[in-house]
Amino acid sequence: MRYLIAGAGPAGVVAAETLRRHDHSATIRLFCGEQEPVYSRMAIPYLLSNKIDERGTWLREPGHFETLAVDLVHQRVETVEPDHHTVVLSDGRRETYDRMLIATGARPVSPPVPGLDQPGVHHCWTLADARAIAARARPGSRVVLMGAGFIGCIILEALVLRGVRLTVLEAEDRMVPRMLDATAGAMLRSWCEAKGVAIHTDTRVQAVEPMGAEALAVHCEQGTVFPADLLVVATGVAPNLDPVRNGSGATLRTGRGLQVDSRQQTSAPDVYAAGDVCEAADWYTGEGAVYAIQPVAVEQGRIAALNMCGRPARYAGALPMNVLDTLGLVTVSFGHWSGVAGGDSVRQSDPEHHRYLRLEFDPQGRLVGAIAVGLPGHVGVLRGLIQSGAPLGPWQARLKQAPGRIAEAYVARVAGGG
Amino acid sequence: MLKALSILPDKCTGCMQCELACSYEHEGVFNPARSRIRVFHFHDEARYVPYTCTQCAEAWCQTACPVEAIQVNPATGAKEVLDNLCVGCKVCTIACPFGTVNYNQATGKVIKCDLCGGDPACARYCPTGAITYVDADLTAYERMRTWAARTDTQAQATA
Amino acid sequence: MGWQRRILRVNLTEGTCNPEPLNMDWARQYLGQRGLATKYFVEEVDPTVDPLSPDNKLIFATGPLTGTAASTAGRYSVITKGALTGAIACSNSGGYFGAELKNAGWDMIVFEGRAPEPVYLLIEDEEARLLPAGDLWGRSVWETHERIQHDHQDPMLKIAAIGQAGENGVLFACIVNDLHRAAGRSGVGAVMGSKRLKAVAVRGTQGVSVADPRRFLQVTMEKKRILAENAVTGQGLPTYGTQVLMNVVNEIGALPTRNAREVQFEGAPRISGEAMREPRPTDGKPNLITNQACFGCTIACGRVSRIDKTHYVVRNKPQYWKASGGLEYENAWAMGADTGIDDLEAMTYANFICNEQGMDPISFGATLAAAMELYESGAIGKEETGGIDLRFGNAEALTTLVEQTARGEGFGRDLGLGSRRLCEKYGRPELSMTVKGQEFPAYDPRGIQGMGLTYATSNRGACHLRSYTVASEVLGIPEKTDPLVPDGKPALVKAFQDATAVVDSSGLCLFTTFAWSLDDIQPQIDAACEGDWSLENLLAVGERIWNLERQFNLRAGFTGADDRLPERLVSEPARQGPAKGLTNQLDKMLPEYYALRGWDENGVPTAETLQRLGL
Ligand SMILES: Cc1cc2nc3c(=O)[nH]c(=O)nc-3n(C[C@H](O)[C@H](O)[C@H](O)COP(=O)(O)OP(=O)(O)OC[C@H]3O[C@@H](n4cnc5c(N)ncnc54)[C@H](O)[C@@H]3O)c2cc1C
Ligand code: SF4
Ligand code: SF4
Repeated sequence: MRYLIAGAGPAGVVAAETLRRHDHSATIRLFCGEQEPVYSRMAIPYLLSNKIDERGTWLREPGHFETLAVDLVHQRVETVEPDHHTVVLSDGRRETYDRMLIATGARPVSPPVPGLDQPGVHHCWTLADARAIAARARPGSRVVLMGAGFIGCIILEALVLRGVRLTVLEAEDRMVPRMLDATAGAMLRSWCEAKGVAIHTDTRVQAVEPMGAEALAVHCEQGTVFPADLLVVATGVAPNLDPVRNGSGATLRTGRGLQVDSRQQTSAPDVYAAGDVCEAADWYTGEGAVYAIQPVAVEQGRIAALNMCGRPARYAGALPMNVLDTLGLVTVSFGHWSGVAGGDSVRQSDPEHHRYLRLEFDPQGRLVGAIAVGLPGHVGVLRGLIQSGAPLGPWQARLKQAPGRIAEAYVARVAGGG
Repeated sequence: MLKALSILPDKCTGCMQCELACSYEHEGVFNPARSRIRVFHFHDEARYVPYTCTQCAEAWCQTACPVEAIQVNPATGAKEVLDNLCVGCKVCTIACPFGTVNYNQATGKVIKCDLCGGDPACARYCPTGAITYVDADLTAYERMRTWAARTDTQAQATA
Repeated sequence: MGWQRRILRVNLTEGTCNPEPLNMDWARQYLGQRGLATKYFVEEVDPTVDPLSPDNKLIFATGPLTGTAASTAGRYSVITKGALTGAIACSNSGGYFGAELKNAGWDMIVFEGRAPEPVYLLIEDEEARLLPAGDLWGRSVWETHERIQHDHQDPMLKIAAIGQAGENGVLFACIVNDLHRAAGRSGVGAVMGSKRLKAVAVRGTQGVSVADPRRFLQVTMEKKRILAENAVTGQGLPTYGTQVLMNVVNEIGALPTRNAREVQFEGAPRISGEAMREPRPTDGKPNLITNQACFGCTIACGRVSRIDKTHYVVRNKPQYWKASGGLEYENAWAMGADTGIDDLEAMTYANFICNEQGMDPISFGATLAAAMELYESGAIGKEETGGIDLRFGNAEALTTLVEQTARGEGFGRDLGLGSRRLCEKYGRPELSMTVKGQEFPAYDPRGIQGMGLTYATSNRGACHLRSYTVASEVLGIPEKTDPLVPDGKPALVKAFQDATAVVDSSGLCLFTTFAWSLDDIQPQIDAACEGDWSLENLLAVGERIWNLERQFNLRAGFTGADDRLPERLVSEPARQGPAKGLTNQLDKMLPEYYALRGWDENGVPTAETLQRLGL
């Protein structure tokens, strides 16, 4: 058996390891499109805040893939040709596969703002980006962060820790709008502001122009201009569909991402996809979704690999989940935190102490979503309660009384407790 | 055969010796707030349920970690946090559906059960036999595992 | 280590919370908890103060072992001038609250003054603040508990609170923590209520360290084994709880019955520990559902009960169908044998109400028993009782009056005075079974002679927990003495009093002493605390504490004349059982006791004694 994996991010790596665990003799080739050791994007913020060095971002120890007898190949997969069971590599060679996995991740997208293609403007997505940012984000330098989404907020902390003077511009009305509701977003904002970060919501960048030799002028719709030594653009990511788009012949079905079924299989036989690149069914609605988060990526990588090596497994569906530590304030969100039709909810908030808990229940009395700010421990049980689909029974009423009792509810309903 | 913690809530009296032992073993102080095992009290039903990591075969915490900071101890099967690698990103704390990985603000790292290297202090200190360390297939965690299986794979045959 | 070396001073009048370093010189002399808090109290409070005035103080104190892994190391005590007694009060409680307070980084909280409006204290580690409790005032302990956890979104908060009884000035109101553990006696809850302090809520995550961890772990482990292997702490208490005693004490003719008119109760088997485990005919389930441990406890003697849903008293009250703290021996005695009632379910209900509203069930039951005797003797009638037929044995009177007492309604207002004031009010002071104003508990001094001296000399008023000679006289621990003779009892009482003062100052539970002697406890203290904690030193600490308490009482106006028992016990011979024909021979024991203590014939410590103890 010959497996090819395009993309050596978390999804691809977990898939390679899972394949090896279940198939000792197969050929497994893992293609890494960046000229870097296999690394983890998620570790970049910690590199920027000097918590780790570049080595600390490596996803696996050197030698790991040799030990597993996985061929790590530093080549891009330019085209996938499902009709012929072949791929074309960046050096022009063709390789055949019995089964292959597309795990090429996502890439950052820029809004149509003039001037984003000049020096001093960077995304924060790759190691190369991180190096460029590190070079400009020095103590005291003026940094504008465009986008206070999830990734933006993670970088925010790293930038503050580097000692820069930070201004955050967010087009929508609050921070992390896709992860936090207005209450939680406001708490996060007041927290950041108390730590000296200038936050401007409802603020759209209109153009970026050079200012003097080194600096930039960031112009906003309202007419405000922010001078900057560095502009970091974190305005979202989109699936990286290059190897699919480049192809001729049978095309793989795509929507917002590369569409897969519950076995992580694409519309072509023997071609699977996992991670940020794919659009998989949401765990609750069943509709196609791209969440671009690490836990989903690795789970999909595992499920895809199990199916590839003949061990049928169905993915229960992608569950959005995020945890953010912004200068000491921990926020988490899970699932359909904005609620579902006919459902019920409870919210408890203590703005003074930056604590907030919101739980959403569906009409069948199951937890479907949650937001928590400053929750002390056992946050994972929120996932357990949501994804196990355990009916809450009497605990729904108890949680409505005291939402903080989620860990108890979990132990009682799922772990065979009370 | 690997051993595992077996937990029988019916025997638990809620005395917290396990939490004391665990926190001492790992932190050098008696501090239930830093224990890797936690006893849940269901007062109205008079039930006490000790609760900790199941050391899953396919550990969500481990695969979610971006920097390979959670690794398997081959001698015990425990998924252990390597402090020198952990960057404190907390993704494991949301990935573990049992909520048994917790962040420790003081160190900036996460903490979880490591089976104390093969001689779990909680089991040693439990006065009632509610927590024991026994051959893995005897444990009462099976039910939990069944539920756990639903977390990311759709149960093929639901228990 | 052992101590956190920090106390919290809360001035309720001013609304301030301030940390202070713990006085380590005093810690070396008084260890912690009972002893150390009494030292603070005596230094700071005028002994003649009115217990319910703002000038009285209220101290919550942990011991150096509280919060450690030593077995039972979760205790705390409340020290104040007792509302019921006017004497030094020290009420000890288990559960989880004490350990949590210690874990938050505090050895003690000293409350002073009186809040202008009701408040509660919230402690989250080093942060302490007073919060308005206007909407908690008037609520039960259980509601308060739920509310506070809810308002702070923290189910891990541990809470000690008063219920309606403490607010209404019931003189035997207690402070309840963890829903059904209580600092029970002497009216410490009434003092808390007079300060308009509704509750203390704590979350502690700081941890507790010990001086020599390796030795500590080793010795505590070794001592836990002794508890596990001992028949009382390893089997009796976990299985039957303290209720193991009901049938035993009844058989030896020392179960005060119907206000101590008799010493044996024909209904004892129906209200015993054994009965609590019997399936009920109505629903086939036993009253007792499980045993429960306090923090760190490897004995687990706590009772958890569920009332029969079909019983008339709860049939329409589903809020009492859930599990809660069940009957301990003293409570079962007070609300059972002493009132002549043998309805276990009604008694359990009354016990739940005592927990829910924060009342000491011993004093409540014994006061009710006195009222029943007043009624049967014609001193009061239905006019006073509000139409209740207050005969011995009337279970409905119990369940009705327990509610009225907590709420301060009807005849309950009279009962809330405690037995001494009640009997004085109706002109029959001799019917009050009290010493220094406090109702005595479940051991009749005619059948257990040592308990007479115990009650008479107890610094907090009649109490079994100051020198539990029952251990020796009934159970043979550490060695058997004859319960029917006074000989040797003064020395026994003194030794027990001093040792108990040490245990109560350490953070450990007195029940360990069924299996442990001070020899077992000393190395645990020694490993946890730096300094000299030899056996001799500990014994000196115990004796010092006892004398300090005594001095406070003397300055508060007590004299040797208050070291006396109710007339009945020394003049009415026991009517049945092994002690038939006997009275308590206090007059034989007391002078010898004074001499052993180094006190003069009036019960005042001599200058020499004080000097020897460094007082
Ligand atoms: C700064 C930052 C912080 C983040 N923090 C978090 C977080 O806290 N929590 C969280 O859940 N998620 C976080 N993420 C998102 C997370 O990193 C991604 O969800 C995850 O990396 C997705 O894994 P993947 O394997 O699908 O894709 P990727 O990690 O993007 O890996 C794809 C790999 O494929 C390679 N590739 C692309 N095209 C080709 C090709 N044609 N041929 C061969 N190789 C190719 C890429 O170079 C890359 O190495 C963060 C991302 C960033 C950038
Ligand atoms: S921490 Fe959670 S995910 Fe990790 S092994 Fe334990 S139970 Fe499994
Ligand atoms: S917090 Fe530490 S152990 Fe957990 S996933 Fe992040 S780096 Fe790994």
